[in-house]
Amino acid sequence: MKIMSAIGLKLFPLRSRHVLPGFRLSLGFTLFYLTSLVLIPLLALVIRPMELGPSGFWAAISTPRVLASLRLSFGMALAAAVIDSFFGVIIAWVLVRYRFPGKGFLDAVIDLPFALPTAVAGIALSTLYAPNGWIGSVLAEYGIRVAYTPYGVLVAMVFISLPFTVRTVQPVMAELGLEVEEAAATLGATRLQTLARVVLPMLWPAVLTGMAMAFARAAGEYGSIIFIAGNIPAVSEIAPLLIITKLEQYDYAGAAAIGVVMLAASFVMLLALNGLQSWAAKRR
Amino acid sequence: MKKRFLKPTEDPLWLRLFLGAVAIAFIAILLLLPLALVFKEAFANGIGAFWTAIKEPDTLASVRLSLIAAGIAVPLNMVFGIAAAWCITKYDFPGKTFLVTLIDLPFSVSPVVAGLIYVLVFGAQGWFGRSLADNNIHILFAVPGIVLATIFVTFPFVARELIPLMADQGRDEEEAAATLGATGFQTFLRVTLPNIKWGLLYGVLLCNARALGEFGAVSVVSGHIRGVTNTMPLHVQLLYDNYDYPGAFTVAALLAMLALLTLALKSLLEWRYADELAAAHRH
Repeated sequence: MKIMSAIGLKLFPLRSRHVLPGFRLSLGFTLFYLTSLVLIPLLALVIRPMELGPSGFWAAISTPRVLASLRLSFGMALAAAVIDSFFGVIIAWVLVRYRFPGKGFLDAVIDLPFALPTAVAGIALSTLYAPNGWIGSVLAEYGIRVAYTPYGVLVAMVFISLPFTVRTVQPVMAELGLEVEEAAATLGATRLQTLARVVLPMLWPAVLTGMAMAFARAAGEYGSIIFIAGNIPAVSEIAPLLIITKLEQYDYAGAAAIGVVMLAASFVMLLALNGLQSWAAKRR
Repeated sequence: MKKRFLKPTEDPLWLRLFLGAVAIAFIAILLLLPLALVFKEAFANGIGAFWTAIKEPDTLASVRLSLIAAGIAVPLNMVFGIAAAWCITKYDFPGKTFLVTLIDLPFSVSPVVAGLIYVLVFGAQGWFGRSLADNNIHILFAVPGIVLATIFVTFPFVARELIPLMADQGRDEEEAAATLGATGFQTFLRVTLPNIKWGLLYGVLLCNARALGEFGAVSVVSGHIRGVTNTMPLHVQLLYDNYDYPGAFTVAALLAMLALLTLALKSLLEWRYADELAAAHRH
Protein backbone atom coordinates (compact mmCIF):
# COMPACT_ATOMS: atom_id res chain seq x y z
CA MET A 1 0.00 0.00 0.00
CA LYS A 2 2.70 2.42 1.03
CA ILE A 3 4.80 1.48 -1.97
CA MET A 4 1.85 2.06 -4.23
CA SER A 5 1.24 5.53 -2.85
CA ALA A 6 4.93 6.32 -3.10
CA ILE A 7 4.90 5.33 -6.76
CA GLY A 8 1.72 7.33 -7.25
CA LEU A 9 3.46 10.35 -5.79
CA LYS A 10 6.38 9.94 -8.12
CA LEU A 11 4.17 9.71 -11.16
CA PHE A 12 1.85 12.51 -10.13
CA PRO A 13 3.89 14.84 -7.95
CA LEU A 14 1.32 16.31 -5.63
CA ARG A 15 2.09 19.80 -4.45
CA SER A 16 -1.14 19.95 -2.53
CA ARG A 17 -1.88 20.51 1.11
CA HIS A 18 -2.64 16.85 1.53
CA VAL A 19 0.96 15.67 1.50
CA LEU A 20 1.84 17.05 4.92
CA PRO A 21 -0.59 16.98 7.79
CA GLY A 22 -1.25 19.88 10.11
CA PHE A 23 -2.25 22.63 7.70
CA ARG A 24 -5.53 23.48 9.38
CA LEU A 25 -4.08 23.21 12.87
CA SER A 26 -1.04 25.39 12.26
CA LEU A 27 -2.82 28.00 10.14
CA GLY A 28 -5.78 28.06 12.52
CA PHE A 29 -3.58 28.61 15.57
CA THR A 30 -1.51 31.25 13.75
CA LEU A 31 -4.57 33.22 12.69
CA PHE A 32 -6.23 32.91 16.09
CA TYR A 33 -3.12 34.03 17.99
CA LEU A 34 -2.42 36.88 15.57
CA THR A 35 -6.01 38.11 15.53
CA SER A 36 -6.65 38.01 19.25
CA LEU A 37 -3.34 39.47 20.43
CA VAL A 38 -2.37 41.87 17.66
CA LEU A 39 -5.13 42.66 15.18
CA ILE A 40 -8.11 43.19 17.50
CA PRO A 41 -6.18 45.45 19.91
CA LEU A 42 -4.82 47.43 16.94
CA LEU A 43 -8.40 47.73 15.67
CA ALA A 44 -9.32 49.28 19.01
CA LEU A 45 -6.65 51.92 18.40
CA VAL A 46 -8.07 52.80 14.99
CA ILE A 47 -11.71 52.81 16.13
CA ARG A 48 -11.28 54.79 19.33
CA PRO A 49 -10.52 58.23 17.84
CA MET A 50 -13.59 57.88 15.59
CA GLU A 51 -15.79 58.91 18.50
CA LEU A 52 -14.17 62.33 18.17
CA GLY A 53 -15.34 62.80 14.59
CA PRO A 54 -13.05 64.18 11.86
CA SER A 55 -13.01 67.71 13.28
CA GLY A 56 -12.47 66.43 16.82
CA PHE A 57 -9.65 64.18 15.63
CA TRP A 58 -8.01 67.11 13.88
CA ALA A 59 -8.46 69.26 16.98
CA ALA A 60 -6.85 66.55 19.13
CA ILE A 61 -3.70 66.29 17.03
CA SER A 62 -3.32 69.92 15.95
CA THR A 63 -2.78 71.51 19.36
CA PRO A 64 0.63 73.22 19.53
CA ARG A 65 1.86 70.76 22.16
CA VAL A 66 0.96 67.66 20.11
CA LEU A 67 2.35 69.13 16.90
CA ALA A 68 5.59 70.09 18.65
CA SER A 69 5.98 66.54 20.02
CA LEU A 70 5.32 64.96 16.62
CA ARG A 71 7.78 67.37 14.98
CA LEU A 72 10.39 66.52 17.64
CA SER A 73 9.90 62.73 17.38
CA PHE A 74 9.93 62.58 13.59
CA GLY A 75 12.46 65.36 13.00
CA MET A 76 15.02 64.02 15.43
CA ALA A 77 14.38 60.46 14.19
CA LEU A 78 15.26 61.59 10.68
CA ALA A 79 18.43 63.32 11.90
CA ALA A 80 19.40 60.24 13.92
CA ALA A 81 18.78 57.96 10.92
CA VAL A 82 21.04 60.12 8.73
CA ILE A 83 23.83 60.22 11.35
CA ASP A 84 23.55 56.45 11.93
CA SER A 85 23.62 55.73 8.20
CA PHE A 86 26.80 57.79 7.75
CA PHE A 87 28.67 56.11 10.59
CA GLY A 88 26.94 52.78 9.91
CA VAL A 89 28.46 52.62 6.42
CA ILE A 90 31.94 53.39 7.81
CA ILE A 91 31.60 50.82 10.61
CA ALA A 92 30.28 48.16 8.24
CA TRP A 93 33.14 48.83 5.79
CA VAL A 94 35.73 48.54 8.56
CA LEU A 95 34.15 45.30 9.81
CA VAL A 96 33.85 43.73 6.36
CA ARG A 97 37.10 44.80 4.67
CA TYR A 98 39.73 45.39 7.34
CA ARG A 99 41.53 42.85 9.51
CA PHE A 100 42.56 43.87 12.99
CA PRO A 101 42.65 42.36 16.49
CA GLY A 102 39.42 42.72 18.45
CA LYS A 103 37.27 42.81 15.34
CA GLY A 104 34.98 40.03 16.57
CA PHE A 105 34.37 41.92 19.80
CA LEU A 106 33.57 45.13 17.91
CA ASP A 107 31.20 43.24 15.65
CA ALA A 108 29.33 41.71 18.59
CA VAL A 109 29.11 45.02 20.45
CA ILE A 110 27.16 46.61 17.56
CA ASP A 111 24.06 44.73 18.74
CA LEU A 112 24.30 46.13 22.26
CA PRO A 113 21.41 48.59 21.71
CA PHE A 114 19.23 45.61 20.70
CA ALA A 115 20.13 43.62 23.79
CA LEU A 116 20.43 46.35 26.42
CA PRO A 117 17.05 47.27 27.95
CA THR A 118 16.12 50.82 26.93
CA ALA A 119 15.70 51.98 30.53
CA VAL A 120 19.32 50.99 31.25
CA ALA A 121 20.50 52.88 28.18
CA GLY A 122 18.36 55.81 29.27
CA ILE A 123 19.82 56.27 32.75
CA ALA A 124 23.36 55.61 31.48
CA LEU A 125 23.11 58.18 28.67
CA SER A 126 21.44 60.67 30.97
CA THR A 127 24.22 60.37 33.57
CA LEU A 128 26.90 60.43 30.88
CA TYR A 129 25.65 63.62 29.18
CA ALA A 130 24.51 65.46 32.33
CA PRO A 131 26.50 68.69 32.91
CA ASN A 132 28.61 66.86 35.53
CA GLY A 133 28.86 63.58 33.58
CA TRP A 134 31.87 62.10 31.76
CA ILE A 135 30.89 63.52 28.35
CA GLY A 136 28.59 66.31 29.52
CA SER A 137 31.34 68.01 31.54
CA VAL A 138 33.62 68.08 28.49
CA LEU A 139 30.86 69.49 26.29
CA ALA A 140 29.93 72.03 28.97
CA GLU A 141 33.36 73.62 28.62
CA TYR A 142 32.39 74.49 25.05
CA GLY A 143 29.01 75.72 26.18
CA ILE A 144 27.14 72.74 24.68
CA ARG A 145 24.26 71.25 26.64
CA VAL A 146 22.90 67.88 25.60
CA ALA A 147 21.02 66.36 28.52
CA TYR A 148 17.56 67.83 29.15
CA THR A 149 17.48 69.48 25.69
CA PRO A 150 16.23 68.25 22.28
CA TYR A 151 19.83 67.15 21.55
CA GLY A 152 19.46 64.62 24.35
CA VAL A 153 16.60 63.10 22.35
CA LEU A 154 18.92 62.93 19.35
CA VAL A 155 21.73 61.20 21.27
CA ALA A 156 19.38 58.53 22.60
CA MET A 157 17.92 57.94 19.13
CA VAL A 158 21.39 57.66 17.56
CA PHE A 159 22.24 55.09 20.25
CA ILE A 160 19.24 52.80 19.80
CA SER A 161 19.10 52.91 15.99
CA LEU A 162 22.75 52.26 15.12
CA PRO A 163 22.47 48.44 14.73
CA PHE A 164 19.79 48.77 12.04
CA THR A 165 22.04 50.69 9.67
CA VAL A 166 25.17 48.59 10.26
CA ARG A 167 23.34 45.26 10.04
CA THR A 168 21.52 46.15 6.81
CA VAL A 169 24.61 47.38 4.97
CA GLN A 170 27.08 44.77 6.28
CA PRO A 171 25.77 41.64 4.45
CA VAL A 172 25.40 43.57 1.17
CA MET A 173 29.00 44.78 1.45
CA ALA A 174 30.23 41.27 2.16
CA GLU A 175 28.72 40.00 -1.08
CA LEU A 176 30.03 42.77 -3.34
CA GLY A 177 32.13 41.34 -6.13
CA LEU A 178 35.69 42.59 -6.16
CA GLU A 179 35.84 42.53 -9.98
CA VAL A 180 34.24 45.94 -10.48
CA GLU A 181 36.70 47.52 -8.08
CA GLU A 182 39.58 45.88 -9.94
CA ALA A 183 38.13 47.09 -13.24
CA ALA A 184 37.88 50.64 -11.91
CA ALA A 185 41.48 50.47 -10.72
CA THR A 186 42.79 49.19 -14.08
CA LEU A 187 40.91 51.97 -15.84
CA GLY A 188 42.93 54.44 -13.80
CA ALA A 189 40.59 55.42 -11.02
CA THR A 190 42.16 56.35 -7.70
CA ARG A 191 40.99 54.32 -4.70
CA LEU A 192 38.82 57.18 -3.44
CA GLN A 193 37.19 57.56 -6.85
CA THR A 194 36.48 53.83 -6.89
CA LEU A 195 34.89 53.99 -3.44
CA ALA A 196 32.79 57.06 -4.21
CA ARG A 197 31.70 56.26 -7.78
CA VAL A 198 31.68 52.45 -7.87
CA VAL A 199 31.24 50.97 -4.40
CA LEU A 200 28.92 53.51 -2.78
CA PRO A 201 26.29 53.51 -5.59
CA MET A 202 25.93 49.74 -5.19
CA LEU A 203 25.21 50.21 -1.50
CA TRP A 204 22.49 52.86 -1.80
CA PRO A 205 19.46 50.53 -1.61
CA ALA A 206 20.82 48.89 1.56
CA VAL A 207 21.75 52.24 3.07
CA LEU A 208 18.26 53.63 2.44
CA THR A 209 16.63 50.48 3.82
CA GLY A 210 18.72 50.71 6.97
CA MET A 211 17.94 54.40 7.24
CA ALA A 212 14.21 53.74 7.02
CA MET A 213 14.39 51.05 9.71
CA ALA A 214 16.47 53.30 11.96
CA PHE A 215 13.99 56.13 11.44
CA ALA A 216 11.00 53.95 12.30
CA ARG A 217 12.63 52.64 15.46
CA ALA A 218 13.80 56.07 16.62
CA ALA A 219 10.44 57.76 15.99
CA GLY A 220 8.63 55.28 18.25
CA GLU A 221 11.33 55.04 20.91
CA TYR A 222 10.40 55.88 24.48
CA GLY A 223 12.48 54.20 27.19
CA SER A 224 15.96 55.48 26.42
CA ILE A 225 14.76 59.02 25.64
CA ILE A 226 12.62 60.06 28.59
CA PHE A 227 15.52 60.02 31.07
CA ILE A 228 17.81 62.26 29.02
CA ALA A 229 15.22 64.52 27.36
CA GLY A 230 14.05 66.52 30.36
CA ASN A 231 10.53 66.24 28.90
CA ILE A 232 9.72 69.97 28.73
CA PRO A 233 6.34 70.33 26.98
CA ALA A 234 6.64 71.68 23.42
CA VAL A 235 10.47 71.66 23.70
CA SER A 236 11.82 68.20 24.51
CA GLU A 237 8.63 66.17 24.94
CA ILE A 238 8.39 63.25 22.48
CA ALA A 239 5.10 61.99 21.03
CA PRO A 240 5.08 58.62 22.86
CA LEU A 241 5.45 60.42 26.19
CA LEU A 242 2.51 62.66 25.33
CA ILE A 243 0.41 59.53 24.69
CA ILE A 244 1.18 58.38 28.22
CA THR A 245 0.40 61.83 29.65
CA LYS A 246 -2.98 61.82 27.90
CA LEU A 247 -3.71 58.32 29.20
CA GLU A 248 -2.96 59.44 32.75
CA GLN A 249 -5.51 62.22 32.25
CA TYR A 250 -8.04 59.57 31.06
CA ASP A 251 -8.11 61.22 27.61
CA TYR A 252 -8.22 57.83 25.86
CA ALA A 253 -9.43 59.22 22.53
CA GLY A 254 -6.76 61.92 22.48
CA ALA A 255 -4.05 59.36 23.27
CA ALA A 256 -5.40 57.04 20.58
CA ALA A 257 -5.42 59.92 18.05
CA ILE A 258 -1.67 60.46 18.52
CA GLY A 259 -1.21 56.68 18.42
CA VAL A 260 -3.05 56.51 15.09
CA VAL A 261 -0.80 59.20 13.61
CA MET A 262 2.28 57.25 14.72
CA LEU A 263 0.82 53.98 13.42
CA ALA A 264 0.04 55.61 10.06
CA ALA A 265 3.60 56.89 9.88
CA SER A 266 5.00 53.41 10.50
CA PHE A 267 2.66 51.99 7.82
CA VAL A 268 4.01 54.52 5.34
CA MET A 269 7.53 53.51 6.38
CA LEU A 270 6.67 49.82 5.89
CA LEU A 271 5.32 50.54 2.42
CA ALA A 272 8.37 52.63 1.56
CA LEU A 273 10.58 49.75 2.75
CA ASN A 274 8.76 47.26 0.52
CA GLY A 275 9.12 49.68 -2.40
CA LEU A 276 12.82 50.06 -1.66
CA GLN A 277 13.31 46.32 -1.57
CA SER A 278 11.62 45.72 -4.91
CA TRP A 279 13.67 48.61 -6.37
CA ALA A 280 16.84 46.98 -5.01
CA ALA A 281 15.79 43.58 -6.41
CA LYS A 282 15.27 45.12 -9.83
CA ARG A 283 18.71 46.74 -9.78
CA ARG A 284 20.45 43.48 -8.99
CA MET B 1 63.99 47.47 0.52
CA LYS B 2 60.98 45.55 -0.65
CA LYS B 3 57.93 47.66 -1.20
CA ARG B 4 54.63 45.91 -0.65
CA PHE B 5 52.15 46.90 -3.31
CA LEU B 6 48.47 47.35 -2.48
CA LYS B 7 45.99 45.14 -4.18
CA PRO B 8 43.60 47.23 -6.27
CA THR B 9 40.80 46.34 -3.87
CA GLU B 10 42.68 47.44 -0.76
CA ASP B 11 42.38 50.87 0.79
CA PRO B 12 45.59 52.88 1.25
CA LEU B 13 47.04 52.80 4.75
CA TRP B 14 46.03 56.35 5.68
CA LEU B 15 42.42 55.64 4.74
CA ARG B 16 42.42 52.39 6.68
CA LEU B 17 43.76 54.12 9.76
CA PHE B 18 41.32 57.01 9.40
CA LEU B 19 38.14 54.94 8.86
CA GLY B 20 39.23 52.42 11.49
CA ALA B 21 39.76 55.19 14.03
CA VAL B 22 36.39 56.79 13.21
CA ALA B 23 34.57 53.46 13.57
CA ILE B 24 36.29 52.48 16.81
CA ALA B 25 35.88 55.93 18.35
CA PHE B 26 32.20 56.09 17.44
CA ILE B 27 31.50 52.65 18.92
CA ALA B 28 33.58 53.37 22.03
CA ILE B 29 31.91 56.70 22.80
CA LEU B 30 28.38 55.83 21.77
CA LEU B 31 28.09 52.20 22.93
CA LEU B 32 30.89 51.20 25.29
CA LEU B 33 31.04 54.31 27.48
CA PRO B 34 27.40 53.99 28.66
CA LEU B 35 28.00 50.31 29.39
CA ALA B 36 31.15 51.07 31.39
CA LEU B 37 29.29 53.77 33.31
CA VAL B 38 26.55 51.35 34.37
CA PHE B 39 29.06 48.95 35.93
CA LYS B 40 31.15 51.73 37.44
CA GLU B 41 28.13 53.26 39.18
CA ALA B 42 26.77 49.87 40.28
CA PHE B 43 30.03 48.80 41.93
CA ALA B 44 31.04 52.29 43.14
CA ASN B 45 30.48 51.25 46.76
CA GLY B 46 31.95 47.80 46.40
CA ILE B 47 30.49 44.42 45.71
CA GLY B 48 28.94 44.21 49.17
CA ALA B 49 26.74 47.25 48.51
CA PHE B 50 25.81 45.70 45.15
CA TRP B 51 24.51 42.56 46.84
CA THR B 52 22.66 44.51 49.53
CA ALA B 53 20.89 46.54 46.84
CA ILE B 54 19.89 43.40 44.97
CA LYS B 55 18.56 41.68 48.07
CA GLU B 56 16.15 44.54 48.67
CA PRO B 57 12.63 42.94 48.66
CA ASP B 58 11.15 45.25 46.00
CA THR B 59 14.09 44.57 43.72
CA LEU B 60 13.70 40.82 44.16
CA ALA B 61 9.97 41.17 43.47
CA SER B 62 10.76 42.99 40.21
CA VAL B 63 13.18 40.23 39.19
CA ARG B 64 10.49 37.65 39.89
CA LEU B 65 7.85 39.53 37.90
CA SER B 66 10.18 39.94 34.92
CA LEU B 67 10.93 36.21 34.98
CA ILE B 68 7.21 35.38 35.15
CA ALA B 69 6.38 37.68 32.22
CA ALA B 70 9.19 36.29 30.08
CA GLY B 71 8.40 32.75 31.25
CA ILE B 72 4.89 33.01 29.83
CA ALA B 73 5.50 35.23 26.79
CA VAL B 74 8.55 33.44 25.37
CA PRO B 75 7.11 29.87 25.25
CA LEU B 76 3.81 31.15 23.80
CA ASN B 77 5.60 33.12 21.09
CA MET B 78 7.82 30.11 20.45
CA VAL B 79 4.83 27.85 19.82
CA PHE B 80 3.28 30.56 17.65
CA GLY B 81 6.53 31.03 15.74
CA ILE B 82 6.78 27.32 14.96
CA ALA B 83 3.11 27.08 13.92
CA ALA B 84 3.36 30.19 11.74
CA ALA B 85 6.60 29.08 10.08
CA TRP B 86 5.19 25.60 9.52
CA CYS B 87 2.02 26.73 7.75
CA ILE B 88 3.78 29.48 5.79
CA THR B 89 6.68 27.38 4.54
CA LYS B 90 5.13 23.92 4.13
CA TYR B 91 1.94 24.82 2.25
CA ASP B 92 0.83 27.11 -0.53
CA PHE B 93 -2.17 29.31 0.08
CA PRO B 94 -3.31 32.75 -1.05
CA GLY B 95 -2.47 35.76 1.09
CA LYS B 96 0.78 34.31 2.40
CA THR B 97 2.88 37.47 1.87
CA PHE B 98 0.21 39.52 3.58
CA LEU B 99 0.27 37.15 6.56
CA VAL B 100 4.05 37.53 6.86
CA THR B 101 3.68 41.32 6.82
CA LEU B 102 1.06 41.14 9.58
CA ILE B 103 3.35 38.96 11.73
CA ASP B 104 6.10 41.57 11.40
CA LEU B 105 3.70 44.37 12.29
CA PRO B 106 4.47 44.55 16.05
CA PHE B 107 8.09 45.46 15.23
CA SER B 108 7.03 48.63 13.47
CA VAL B 109 4.67 49.75 16.23
CA SER B 110 6.01 52.07 18.92
CA PRO B 111 6.25 50.27 22.31
CA VAL B 112 4.03 52.93 23.86
CA VAL B 113 1.36 52.31 21.20
CA ALA B 114 1.71 48.58 21.97
CA GLY B 115 0.79 49.31 25.58
CA LEU B 116 -1.89 51.81 24.60
CA ILE B 117 -3.89 49.32 22.53
CA TYR B 118 -4.35 47.02 25.54
CA VAL B 119 -5.50 49.99 27.63
CA LEU B 120 -8.09 50.73 24.94
CA VAL B 121 -9.31 47.13 25.10
CA PHE B 122 -9.10 46.34 28.81
CA GLY B 123 -8.91 49.81 30.46
CA ALA B 124 -11.62 51.33 32.67
CA GLN B 125 -13.05 53.13 29.61
CA GLY B 126 -12.00 50.39 27.20
CA TRP B 127 -14.05 47.85 25.28
CA PHE B 128 -14.18 45.23 28.01
CA GLY B 129 -13.36 47.52 30.95
CA ARG B 130 -16.84 47.57 32.46
CA SER B 131 -17.52 43.83 32.26
CA LEU B 132 -14.06 43.00 33.60
CA ALA B 133 -14.58 45.34 36.55
CA ASP B 134 -18.01 43.82 37.25
CA ASN B 135 -16.50 40.37 37.39
CA ASN B 136 -13.53 41.59 39.44
CA ILE B 137 -10.99 40.50 36.84
CA HIS B 138 -7.80 42.55 36.78
CA ILE B 139 -5.85 42.65 33.55
CA LEU B 140 -4.55 46.22 33.44
CA PHE B 141 -2.21 47.32 36.24
CA ALA B 142 -1.77 43.62 37.03
CA VAL B 143 0.33 40.71 35.83
CA PRO B 144 -1.89 39.66 32.84
CA GLY B 145 -1.55 43.10 31.24
CA ILE B 146 2.21 42.99 31.63
CA VAL B 147 2.29 39.53 30.03
CA LEU B 148 0.09 40.70 27.13
CA ALA B 149 2.27 43.75 26.44
CA THR B 150 5.38 41.57 26.59
CA ILE B 151 3.86 39.07 24.13
CA PHE B 152 3.05 41.89 21.72
CA VAL B 153 6.52 43.44 21.59
CA THR B 154 8.27 40.06 21.28
CA PHE B 155 5.65 38.64 18.90
CA PRO B 156 7.64 38.23 15.63
CA PHE B 157 11.08 37.18 16.99
CA VAL B 158 10.83 33.38 16.64
CA ALA B 159 8.62 33.43 13.54
CA ARG B 160 10.85 35.75 11.54
CA GLU B 161 13.88 33.65 12.44
CA LEU B 162 12.24 30.37 11.39
CA ILE B 163 10.34 31.44 8.25
CA PRO B 164 13.37 32.13 6.00
CA LEU B 165 15.22 29.16 7.50
CA MET B 166 12.41 26.66 6.86
CA ALA B 167 11.60 28.17 3.45
CA ASP B 168 15.22 27.55 2.50
CA GLN B 169 15.12 23.93 3.65
CA GLY B 170 12.07 23.16 1.52
CA ARG B 171 9.54 20.40 2.05
CA ASP B 172 11.23 17.36 0.56
CA GLU B 173 12.39 15.77 3.81
CA GLU B 174 9.02 16.23 5.51
CA GLU B 175 7.18 14.89 2.46
CA ALA B 176 9.46 11.87 2.37
CA ALA B 177 8.76 11.21 6.04
CA ALA B 178 5.02 11.56 5.46
CA THR B 179 5.02 9.15 2.52
CA LEU B 180 6.95 6.67 4.63
CA GLY B 181 4.09 6.72 7.09
CA ALA B 182 5.23 9.11 9.79
CA THR B 183 2.53 11.07 11.57
CA GLY B 184 2.65 14.84 11.45
CA PHE B 185 3.95 15.05 14.99
CA GLN B 186 6.66 12.45 14.33
CA THR B 187 7.66 14.30 11.17
CA PHE B 188 8.02 17.54 13.05
CA LEU B 189 9.88 16.04 16.00
CA ARG B 190 12.31 13.80 14.07
CA VAL B 191 12.77 15.63 10.76
CA THR B 192 11.97 19.31 11.08
CA LEU B 193 13.09 20.06 14.63
CA PRO B 194 16.66 18.75 14.24
CA ASN B 195 17.00 20.97 11.15
CA ILE B 196 15.80 24.14 12.81
CA LYS B 197 16.94 23.72 16.41
CA TRP B 198 19.74 26.30 16.33
CA GLY B 199 17.63 28.84 14.48
CA LEU B 200 14.88 28.24 17.01
CA LEU B 201 17.29 28.74 19.90
CA TYR B 202 18.56 31.94 18.28
CA GLY B 203 15.04 33.32 17.97
CA VAL B 204 14.16 32.33 21.54
CA LEU B 205 17.34 34.01 22.80
CA LEU B 206 16.46 37.35 21.18
CA CYS B 207 12.82 37.00 22.21
CA ASN B 208 13.83 36.40 25.83
CA ALA B 209 16.23 39.35 25.94
CA ARG B 210 13.53 41.70 24.69
CA ALA B 211 10.91 40.20 27.02
CA LEU B 212 13.08 40.79 30.10
CA GLY B 213 14.11 44.26 28.99
CA GLU B 214 10.89 45.73 27.61
CA PHE B 215 10.09 49.11 29.10
CA GLY B 216 7.74 51.31 27.05
CA ALA B 217 4.86 48.90 26.47
CA VAL B 218 4.99 47.44 29.96
CA SER B 219 5.23 50.92 31.45
CA VAL B 220 1.83 51.86 29.99
CA VAL B 221 -0.03 48.82 31.36
CA SER B 222 1.79 48.25 34.63
CA GLY B 223 0.49 50.99 36.93
CA HIS B 224 3.92 51.12 38.62
CA ILE B 225 2.89 49.56 41.92
CA ARG B 226 6.15 49.11 43.79
CA GLY B 227 6.92 45.48 44.57
CA VAL B 228 3.74 44.30 42.80
CA THR B 229 3.61 45.34 39.14
CA ASN B 230 7.12 46.69 38.60
CA THR B 231 9.32 44.67 36.28
CA MET B 232 13.10 45.10 36.44
CA PRO B 233 13.28 47.93 33.86
CA LEU B 234 10.38 49.72 35.55
CA HIS B 235 12.09 49.30 38.92
CA VAL B 236 15.18 50.97 37.44
CA GLN B 237 13.05 53.97 36.55
CA LEU B 238 11.38 54.09 39.96
CA LEU B 239 14.72 54.01 41.82
CA TYR B 240 16.24 56.57 39.45
CA ASP B 241 13.30 58.98 39.78
CA ASN B 242 13.60 58.69 43.57
CA TYR B 243 17.27 59.72 43.33
CA ASP B 244 18.42 56.27 44.51
CA TYR B 245 21.16 56.20 41.86
CA PRO B 246 23.20 53.33 43.38
CA GLY B 247 20.04 51.21 43.55
CA ALA B 248 18.98 52.11 40.00
CA PHE B 249 22.42 51.31 38.58
CA THR B 250 22.58 48.04 40.53
CA VAL B 251 19.40 46.74 38.85
CA ALA B 252 20.63 48.27 35.58
CA ALA B 253 23.93 46.38 35.91
CA LEU B 254 21.99 43.15 36.43
CA LEU B 255 20.09 43.81 33.21
CA ALA B 256 23.31 44.81 31.42
CA MET B 257 24.95 41.51 32.45
CA LEU B 258 21.96 39.72 30.98
CA ALA B 259 22.36 41.71 27.76
CA LEU B 260 26.07 40.84 27.58
CA LEU B 261 25.29 37.17 28.16
CA THR B 262 22.72 37.32 25.35
CA LEU B 263 25.24 38.94 23.01
CA ALA B 264 27.88 36.34 23.89
CA LEU B 265 25.50 33.41 23.28
CA LYS B 266 24.27 35.04 20.06
CA SER B 267 27.83 35.48 18.78
CA LEU B 268 28.61 31.89 19.76
CA LEU B 269 25.59 30.59 17.84
CA GLU B 270 26.46 32.73 14.81
CA TRP B 271 30.03 31.50 14.83
CA ARG B 272 29.46 27.82 15.65
CA TYR B 273 26.31 27.18 13.60
CA ALA B 274 26.78 29.72 10.82
CA ASP B 275 25.55 27.29 8.16
CA GLU B 276 22.40 26.30 10.00
CA LEU B 277 21.50 29.93 10.59
CA ALA B 278 22.65 31.16 7.20
CA ALA B 279 19.27 31.31 5.47
CA ALA B 280 17.81 33.65 8.05
CA HIS B 281 20.68 36.12 7.84
CA ARG B 282 21.35 36.23 4.15
CA HIS B 283 18.63 38.60 2.98
